[in-house]
Amino acid sequence: MCALNIQPELQTQQSMQAVVNDFALMVATKNGSGSQTSNEVLIRSLFRMGIPVSAKNLFPSNIKGLPTWYTIRASKDSYIARRETTEIGVVMNQDTAAEDIANLPSGGVCIIPADWKWGQSRPDITYYEIPVKETVAKSEIPSEFRDRISNMVYVGVCAYLFNMPLDIVRKALLDTFNGKEKPTAMNFGVIQNAYDWASANVTKADPFRFETLNLTEGKILITGNEAAALGALFGGITIAAWYPITPSTSMIDGILDHKHIRKDPVTGKDTVAIVQAEDELSAIGMIIGAGWAGARALTSTSGPGISLMAEFTGLAYYAEIPCVIWDITRMGPSTGLPTRTSQGDLLFIHILGHGDTRQIVLLPGSVEECFEFGWRGFDIAEQFQTPVFVMSDLDLGMNIWMSDQFSYPDQPLNRGKVLTNKEKLEAFMESHGGEWYRYRDYDGDGITYRTIPGVDHTRAAYFTRGTGHTDMGTYSERGDDWMKGLGRITDKINSTRNQLPQPVTDWDKDKTIGILSFGSNDPAIVEARNILAAQGIQTNYMRVRALPLADSVHEFIQTHNRVYVLENNFDGQLAQLVRMETDKSTQHMTSLALGDTLPMTAHWIVSEITKRETH
Amino acid sequence: MANAIGLERADYKGAQSTLCPGCGHDSISNQIISAAYDLNLNMTQVIKFSGIGCSSKTPAYFLRGSHGFNAVHGRMPSVATGATLANSNLTAIGVSGDGDTGSIGFGQYKHLIRRNVPIVYIIENNGVYGLTKGQFSATSDEGAKLKYYGINDLPPIDLCLEAIVGGCTFVARSFSGDAKQVQTLIKAAVAHRGTAVLDIISPCVTFNNAPDSTKGYDYGKENEIPLHSIEYMPKGYVPAKDEITVEGDYEGTISVKMHDGSYIKLKAIDNNHDPRSREQAINLLEKGQRESLFLTGLIYYEEPRPTLGETMELVETPLAHLGDEALRPSAQTLAEVMKSFA
Ligand SMILES: Cc1ncc(C[n+]2csc(CCOP(=O)(O)OP(=O)(O)O)c2C)c(N)n1
Ligand code: SF4
Ligand SMILES: [Mg+2]
Repeated sequence: MCALNIQPELQTQQSMQAVVNDFALMVATKNGSGSQTSNEVLIRSLFRMGIPVSAKNLFPSNIKGLPTWYTIRASKDSYIARRETTEIGVVMNQDTAAEDIANLPSGGVCIIPADWKWGQSRPDITYYEIPVKETVAKSEIPSEFRDRISNMVYVGVCAYLFNMPLDIVRKALLDTFNGKEKPTAMNFGVIQNAYDWASANVTKADPFRFETLNLTEGKILITGNEAAALGALFGGITIAAWYPITPSTSMIDGILDHKHIRKDPVTGKDTVAIVQAEDELSAIGMIIGAGWAGARALTSTSGPGISLMAEFTGLAYYAEIPCVIWDITRMGPSTGLPTRTSQGDLLFIHILGHGDTRQIVLLPGSVEECFEFGWRGFDIAEQFQTPVFVMSDLDLGMNIWMSDQFSYPDQPLNRGKVLTNKEKLEAFMESHGGEWYRYRDYDGDGITYRTIPGVDHTRAAYFTRGTGHTDMGTYSERGDDWMKGLGRITDKINSTRNQLPQPVTDWDKDKTIGILSFGSNDPAIVEARNILAAQGIQTNYMRVRALPLADSVHEFIQTHNRVYVLENNFDGQLAQLVRMETDKSTQHMTSLALGDTLPMTAHWIVSEITKRETH
Repeated sequence: MANAIGLERADYKGAQSTLCPGCGHDSISNQIISAAYDLNLNMTQVIKFSGIGCSSKTPAYFLRGSHGFNAVHGRMPSVATGATLANSNLTAIGVSGDGDTGSIGFGQYKHLIRRNVPIVYIIENNGVYGLTKGQFSATSDEGAKLKYYGINDLPPIDLCLEAIVGGCTFVARSFSGDAKQVQTLIKAAVAHRGTAVLDIISPCVTFNNAPDSTKGYDYGKENEIPLHSIEYMPKGYVPAKDEITVEGDYEGTISVKMHDGSYIKLKAIDNNHDPRSREQAINLLEKGQRESLFLTGLIYYEEPRPTLGETMELVETPLAHLGDEALRPSAQTLAEVMKSFA
C-alpha cells in the first residue's frame, strides 16, 4: 500500500484546458538519494515566481533506501494544506513505480527515467521518459557527486515542461546552497542540460503550467521547528537539554544554528547552553533544575520522550517550577511511526504526571504560532510557575511552510513573581508583615512568590520537594495541608483558561454548524470551509490554542446545532476532553478523528461533513 | 562560638531529623553541618540536592539557610546539572543513597561524573533500601543476609570504582562512624572543582546492622582500614617544602593543593597508596573487594578537568542572572533573520 492513500476521483483533469498554478507534483525517490535538495529547488523556484507553494515530505524511518514521496502543491488561491491527488508524478523509485503510476489521476503526467524502459501501460496519462544517465554523463560531474546530482535532471525537465524560468531556478538553487557558487554551478549544469534536452526532444502534451504571480511578496519559507527555535531565542532561552528523537531534533538544531543572534556583543560568548542529555529522564531533570535556579530552559521531544518525562513533570507541576516542553508529535503508541504525523499526545500531555495533574498545553496551528509560542511559552511558564507543554507535530515541525514574516514579541519578558535579589525580598517582606513563605497565596490568585538560589538573605531559602508540603514549604503528611496546597494549584491552573492564548474564531451567530479543531489541521479546514460554503454548507470555525480549554469553547459548542470536532488522532481526544469538562449535552457534537498518519486534507473534511449534512 | 562570618554551629542545622535514632545518615548530616561551620560557608550561596530515600531526606536536616531540592528517585544528578549550569557561582552539595545512585540512578550518576558537574556528591551507602523497608541494594556484598530477603548472591557494584572509571577526579570512601575523616573529606570535596564523590558507608540501624553485616556499625568499627590520616588546611596554609613528593611511590606525607588554594594533607598509615595514581586506586579497590578489606580515605585525586559549564563558551554572568536585554535580541535582528528565510 502506498502511504499516500490517493483517491484519484477528486481532482481529475480530463480536458486539455490549461491548468495554471493549481496542481500538485509528487516526487517519488529513495531515501538518502539526495532528492531533498532538488525538491527544495522546485519549491524555492515557485516561491520566487510568486506562486503560493507548500510541501510535504513523506519519508521513512530509515537512512537510505526506503521509499520517500515529496509532494509540492502550487495554489493560486494560497491553499497550503496537503492535497490527496497529485497530477504530476516524478517517478524515480523502481520499488514503488507501479503503484505511483497507478495512483496518478486520469489526465495526469508521469515523468520517468528512459533507461528503465518501463513501458506505458496507462493510456489516460502523459508519459515523459527522460534520459537521466546520459544527461548526468554529459554534464561531466565528478563521480562522487553523480548519484545525488542526477536528481537535478527532473528539475530541469520540470522547469521546461511547466514553465519555470531558468534564471529563477538558478537563484533558488543558490538559496538552497546558502549562497555557495561552486555547488550551484555544478548542479545548474545538469539542470541546464536537462532543460535543453527537453526543449529539443519533448512535445508537451499536458495542460499543466506555472505562471508568475506576486503572491509571495514579503513571505518566508520555514519549518515549524526552526520557527519554534527562533521563538525560543527571542524568548530568552538560556538552557536547552534534549535527547535526539524524530521529529523534534531539528528544533534543537535550529537553536544551534541561530544561537549566534544571542551572543554577547562584547565578548562574543554564548548566552545559550545546549546539553545533549543521556536520555529524556535526564533532559527534563536538567531543565527543571535550571528553571528552579532561575533560568529559562526548554526541552524538545516526541511521544516516547514524553512518556519518560511523566514523573518529573508531575514534580514540576506540584513543586511549581517553570519549564517548557515541546512535544513534536508523531504516531504512537509505542515507537509507532516515527516519521508520520499525529495529534495523539493531546490528552496524555494535558494530564501528564501521576495523581491529579492538569498541565498547560499550547497548540500552535502555524509556523507563525510556533515562533510566538516559542517565546510566549517561557512567559506563561514563569507567570504561572508551572511546566508549559507546546504540542506541535511532525507536519508542522518538519515540513516547509510559506508564512508571513514573524512579528516581534508585542510584550516584554514576563518573569513572573520572582524575588531575584535581597532588595526585592526585603521589600516584599516589608509589605507583608515581615514574612515570605514560598507557597503562601499572598495575592489570592493562586500564584505565589519564589526566590531563586543565591539570593543573599538569610530568609531567602526554601526547600523544594515533590512530597506533601505546607504553604511554608515544610514537609507535611496532613490531609488538610495536601488539599489546601493542591487545591490552590488546581485553582491556579483553572484560572489560566481565559488567560492563555484564546481560540481563534470565525464565528457568525447566524450559522448553525460549527467546526472545532486545533493545530496543523488549520490549512485543510480553511480550504474545506470554502468548498463547503460553495456547496451551500456554511460553517463557523473555532481553533483551540491552549489547554485547559477556554470557556468560549463550551459556549461555541452549546450555541451551534451541530459541531464537528476535527483532529488527527484515532480516539478523538479533543472531543473527549470537551465531554469530560462539560455537564451539558454534547449529543450534537460529532467527533471526526482521522489518525491516518498523514496531514489532514480538505477533501477528507468535505466528504465527512457533506456525508452528514446532506441526506 | 561564632565563626568568621558570625554564625554559630547551630545556625547551620536544618529541621529536626525524622530518621531512626542512630541512623548513620544523621551523623553524616552532622559532619556536613560542622564542615560548613568550619569553612565559614555562606549558606545562601549553597544549593542542596537529593533523590528519594531515607538518605535523600537529609538535606532538609542541614544548612537551613540554603535552597534545597528533593528531586525524584535516582535523578538528582540531572536536576543538579541544570541548576549548576544555570548558576555556576553556587556550591552544590548532593546527598543520595546506594539504591538511589547504584540502581535507579546509576545512569545519571555515571553521566554526572562524565560531565564533571561541580558538586559534592555524597552517597550514604547502607547496602539496603531503607525507606522501602529493607530490600537488597546493588552495593550489598555477596553473601550478605537480610531478614526478609535472605542471602544476596550477586556481586556488589563498587560506586568508587565506577566513579574512577567514569572520569571522576575526586573519589573518597569513608565510614559514618569515623566522624573526623568524614568531615575532613567533605571540606576537601567542597574545595574541589568538579564532581567529588564521597561513598560513605552509613549503617541502617533498622534493616542492615546485624553484627555480621559488612555495612553495619560493628563491622565498620572493627574493620575500617584508613589509608591515611587526613588534615584539611584552609586557604593561606603554606606547606613545608619536604611535604610534597613527586608522582609515584611515596612514603610519609603528601599535600594536595585544591582549586581554591586550600590543601589536604594525607599522612600514610601503613601502606603506600598514592591517590594521584589512577592505576593504584583501581588496584586498591579491586584488592579491597577481593580480600574484603574496608579501606577508607581519599582513594583517587586528579587535577580537575573543566566542568560542564566550562566546556562551553558561556558568558561570565550566571545564565540565571542575565537581564532582559541579553535574553531578547532586537527587532532589527528579527528583521535580518526573516530576510534570510525570504
Ligand atoms: C520511581 C520510584 N520507584 C520507587 C520508589 C520507592 N523508593 C523510595 S526510596 C527507595 C529506595 C531507597 O534506597 P536508598 O537510595 O538506598 O536510600 P536509603 O533509604 O537506604 O537511605 C525506593 C525504591 C520511588 N520513590 N520512586
Ligand atoms: S530505615 Fe535505616 S536508613 Fe532509614 S532512617 Fe531508619 S536506620 Fe536510617
Ligand atoms: Mg540505602
